[in-house]
Amino acid sequence: MDRRQLLSSGATLALAGPLASRAFAAATDDARFALVILRGGLDGLAAVPPYGEGTYSRLRGPLALGAPGSDGSVLPLDGLFGLHPALANLHRMYGDGQLAIAHAVASPYRERSHFDGQKVLEAGGTSPETSDGGWLNRALAALAEESFGRDAIALADSVPLVLRGPVTVSSWAPSRLPDTDEDTLARVREIYEATDPALAAQLTQALNARGLAGDAGMDGGLRGGGQQLAPLATAAGRFLAAADGPRIAVLESGGWDTHANQGAAAGTLAQRLQQLDNGIASLKTELGPIWERTTVVIVTEFGRTVAANGTRGTDHGTAGVAFVAGGTVAGGRVIADWPGLGERDLYEGRDLMPTLDMRALFKGVLGEQYGLSARALDTLVFPDSSAVAPVDLA
Amino acid sequence: MLTQATAIATNRFGTGAKPGDAERIGNDPAGWLDAQIGPATAQPAAATRPKSADVLSEIRELRLVRQAAQAAQARPGGQQAAVDPAAIREFGQTIAENYQAQASSLYATAIATDAPFRERLSLFWANHFAVSADKQPIGAIAGLYLDEAIRPNVAGNFRDLLRASIQHPAMLLYLDNQTSIGPGSLLGSRANQGNRRVGLNENLAREILELHTLGVDGGYTQDDVIEFSKALTGWSVGGQDDGPAARLGAMAGRLGIAGDTGAPGEFTFRGAVHEPGSKTILGRRFGEDGVDEAEAVLDFLAGREETAHFLATKLARHFVADVPPENLVAKLAETYLDNDGELAPVYRALIRAEHGWREPLAKYKTPQDYLISAFRALDQAPPPNQVVALATQLGQRPMTPGSPAGWPDIADHWTSGDALLKRIEWSTTLGATVGDRIDAVARLDDVLGEVAGTATRNGVRRAESGAQAIALLLAAPEFQRR
Repeated sequence: MDRRQLLSSGATLALAGPLASRAFAAATDDARFALVILRGGLDGLAAVPPYGEGTYSRLRGPLALGAPGSDGSVLPLDGLFGLHPALANLHRMYGDGQLAIAHAVASPYRERSHFDGQKVLEAGGTSPETSDGGWLNRALAALAEESFGRDAIALADSVPLVLRGPVTVSSWAPSRLPDTDEDTLARVREIYEATDPALAAQLTQALNARGLAGDAGMDGGLRGGGQQLAPLATAAGRFLAAADGPRIAVLESGGWDTHANQGAAAGTLAQRLQQLDNGIASLKTELGPIWERTTVVIVTEFGRTVAANGTRGTDHGTAGVAFVAGGTVAGGRVIADWPGLGERDLYEGRDLMPTLDMRALFKGVLGEQYGLSARALDTLVFPDSSAVAPVDLA
Repeated sequence: MLTQATAIATNRFGTGAKPGDAERIGNDPAGWLDAQIGPATAQPAAATRPKSADVLSEIRELRLVRQAAQAAQARPGGQQAAVDPAAIREFGQTIAENYQAQASSLYATAIATDAPFRERLSLFWANHFAVSADKQPIGAIAGLYLDEAIRPNVAGNFRDLLRASIQHPAMLLYLDNQTSIGPGSLLGSRANQGNRRVGLNENLAREILELHTLGVDGGYTQDDVIEFSKALTGWSVGGQDDGPAARLGAMAGRLGIAGDTGAPGEFTFRGAVHEPGSKTILGRRFGEDGVDEAEAVLDFLAGREETAHFLATKLARHFVADVPPENLVAKLAETYLDNDGELAPVYRALIRAEHGWREPLAKYKTPQDYLISAFRALDQAPPPNQVVALATQLGQRPMTPGSPAGWPDIADHWTSGDALLKRIEWSTTLGATVGDRIDAVARLDDVLGEVAGTATRNGVRRAESGAQAIALLLAAPEFQRR
């Protein structure tokens, strides 16, 4: 039985027995969601190469990966698409039916600025001007209204746009500074409460997160920092697994803007992909059995040019890939209305043509896993988006 | 006691109040700011700093040594004994040492300066023309770039600031322009005949249009980006016969084309990779003119209304409010255009406008603002070898915005619970080291003055120790904002 069908029928709530209650719980209280934003523009044709396309090797030139079976070759998916060889853990998840890949996907943004691209992706509108906080914060508000509130956490020094808005969220990044004593903290809080409620709310959230982190044994051993995703993914897993922890986490990773010498089976991009792959594997490990109730969505602001540029890299493009992983996902498939790589198939003659709106993936997760109504999704979370139907992910 | 206007002059327009500012500034805070907008004076420390060209040359030598050592190591049965492991390490160490020195120098200058408005303007423009030290070898020269390209031009004409920034090796290397090759250039056409694929890299052209001049809504198209990147081909850095550019050098050698002749680490024009012919950008035709061609494009862009509006918006956002008042933006843009891009009149219009003097706490400090202002308030200097670790811990590793857009200039990016808690923790640590020597109640009047609210005043006065009083002063909401 499909979870959405189950939810949409009031009668199912009356069903006795473990199936109904478990399914209902999965769709409301217990679901976990992690959003991973790859900043800089992941080259979708490098991560998930359509090696079965006749023109693929010629167009990609020095960036092309070999067909399965050759040295440094792609990991096969379905005959047309493969995975970059650095994504071995994701490939295993695909085989286990726990990874779906959306290709030729893009946000509604059609220019080529990182910053506006990320703004549209995170704000959830159709242009960079309409940026009234992030869609995930509005989803938190809608959830609080429709069922009950959930906490969210940003695994970062600052809260990314996607989580900004009226609902207070927490943030956490490893700290080396000694703790402030309780008395001083209480006095600081008193000043904040008297003069600056916004800072007071942030301080409360931070202390709660710090408490959880302490409980989960994260006070030490999570250095690594920098651009390594795995330590943050490990922390995210522990937060999401904690009994009274947040249910939604946002992670970020930079370094995807591969204009020059991005490499093919090995090289700069391969290393970044390897770190992503390790990060997702760490998240799964930390979550343990909770992985079965978890959805992980990995997105980037845009794809890159189909052809390699003059410096063995790729320039800013349009459509790219997104990954949806986790125990909730009906995986082992590539979701794509594949536009092809022929000259006339390309967007403006240079980029992969977008055929799927990225918001359809987000709507799929929020509808299936959290039971958010279509009305909330179409009007509040992603304003004026009723034309964008959710993708069936579960 | 600082008046509200003096507190705004020092904390918002400057890098933070120091004890004694009330007397130094007197009753004309706007005049005090105005007096700082003069021609460039030599920075005291600048004379002793190395030149970026020398640092780049040194790094190039070390990279060659490292490559040779690595090659020897990799050779089967190679001469392991002959390889000096120090030679391999020295390359990375030299970059790291330069980075550490320049990061701590950036902090030391901003903490010690007697011209804090001018200093803030320098840091503002360095962030506008951002390079990021997390890309090699930018880390070794990012602070020198500030000294060489930004500081001398901060109160001059925007055209000169634009040209100096774009032509600096830090910018050219950061945005990959040394690798961009005109497909129809001497080297490009010969190479492409031979079935190699070489061509343009759009990175620098796009970011100049989007981030340095017109702004993302400035009306340019993808075709404009490509045409501009053609005009920029050849703008390069001398001595780039190592690293990623080695391929090009070798190719030029094979094709019998004169390779790189520029002085190592200096701006150079490589005619062999310059795309010939005229280029059309925003409807304006630029005739083939070698190195001068892209300069003409930059001058053209600097004079556009879109550029005036974009720069005015960023200045107003930095100095007044995250959402800047439209009439102020219009005033600054008009001043810019009326004065042909001269920046001093724009700064004067900014400090003479009432907008910046209304809300004393409209801007949230970045971690860098916060740390610098805290050290100024306490008359302390951080140990040079701790600056990077400290700033990183508070969420802003020096000179690494990680993107050519620079660090965000809005509160939403910097306000997070975790970041706030780390500021409080650091305040406590610092309070513990100086709390027995500084009278926090008097210091509150010296650096926040009339801006400090009752709760903060009472908190500091009733603290159980000098250490706690300093911690509360630095943790106070009024100290998080400017």
